[in-house]
Amino acid sequence: MKTYIVEVIIENKPAARDPEGETIHRDLILKGGYVNVRSVRTGKYLRMLIDANSPEEAEKLAFEMCNTLRIYNPVAHVYRIRVEE
Amino acid sequence: MRFAVIRFPGSNCDLDVVYVLRNVVGVECDLVWHKEFKSEIYDGVVLPGGFSYGDYLRSGAIAARSPAMEEVRLMAEDGRPVLGICNGFQILVEAGLLPGALLPNENLKFICMWVNVRCDNGHTAFTRGIPEGKVLHIPIAHKEGRYFNEEVELERLSRRRMIVFRYVDEKGEATSEANPNGSVRNIAGICNEEGNVLGLMPHPERASEPVLSPYGDADGLLLFQSMVRYVKR
Repeated sequence: MKTYIVEVIIENKPAARDPEGETIHRDLILKGGYVNVRSVRTGKYLRMLIDANSPEEAEKLAFEMCNTLRIYNPVAHVYRIRVEE
Repeated sequence: MRFAVIRFPGSNCDLDVVYVLRNVVGVECDLVWHKEFKSEIYDGVVLPGGFSYGDYLRSGAIAARSPAMEEVRLMAEDGRPVLGICNGFQILVEAGLLPGALLPNENLKFICMWVNVRCDNGHTAFTRGIPEGKVLHIPIAHKEGRYFNEEVELERLSRRRMIVFRYVDEKGEATSEANPNGSVRNIAGICNEEGNVLGLMPHPERASEPVLSPYGDADGLLLFQSMVRYVKR
């Protein structure tokens, strides 16, 4: 078994407004002159260390956990899982 | 007739609800630690407001996985009244007992103020005797109360009359100015299809005696009285 770094990134669905991301974009980034930045979305970031036999197994465990324990709310959020060795 | 108020780590409106049920409504009520909650002896349950588990991850997300919520689910399934106030509403939503999500307020601030909410369904366990269209004065106090759901689901909620309370102006109109937190369709409270599970962001326990209200009324009391009548039926 190896230990993998597993990152879970949760953000609002496009239909659910993200006022924090909108404010960072409008009042910091655009006003700071970075006009090529089209949008900003904030979210929640969880970094875990998971013991597993393969990166696929670590990802599967994280996926199952996110759904069983409702780490995200499927009504309002989308999430991504990234695995690093 | 006996009711329970469940205390989670971080609940802070629990004693207010117990006080209203015991001293104002006049029913038996126990304050129960969430790890010890067993549903069989209770006719109804209230999940109070507060900051269970420090609102970590998301408001209500961790309390929703407490074994107490399996007991609450049993009560919901056999038709006993389940009321979630503020953080209690967030817990019901995160436990899947009510549909949707409660996101950070649109202005990202904690809002503490008296609001007008209109009762749009007078047939739930908590709104019997409240005329539909009646505007109630009840205060809110929350940072994550922006009700969200997708359009298709909102249509279903609307069709099945699951939208029970909306934020309105003094005339009873659900305007955007009267919407304190950016909730879709000005939603302040919803129920399940059967009408025995209700969640709302406003705090009826803080509006249950005229002395506590700047309007001199006790509109929040109507919900608790309705719950008792529903159990007696």
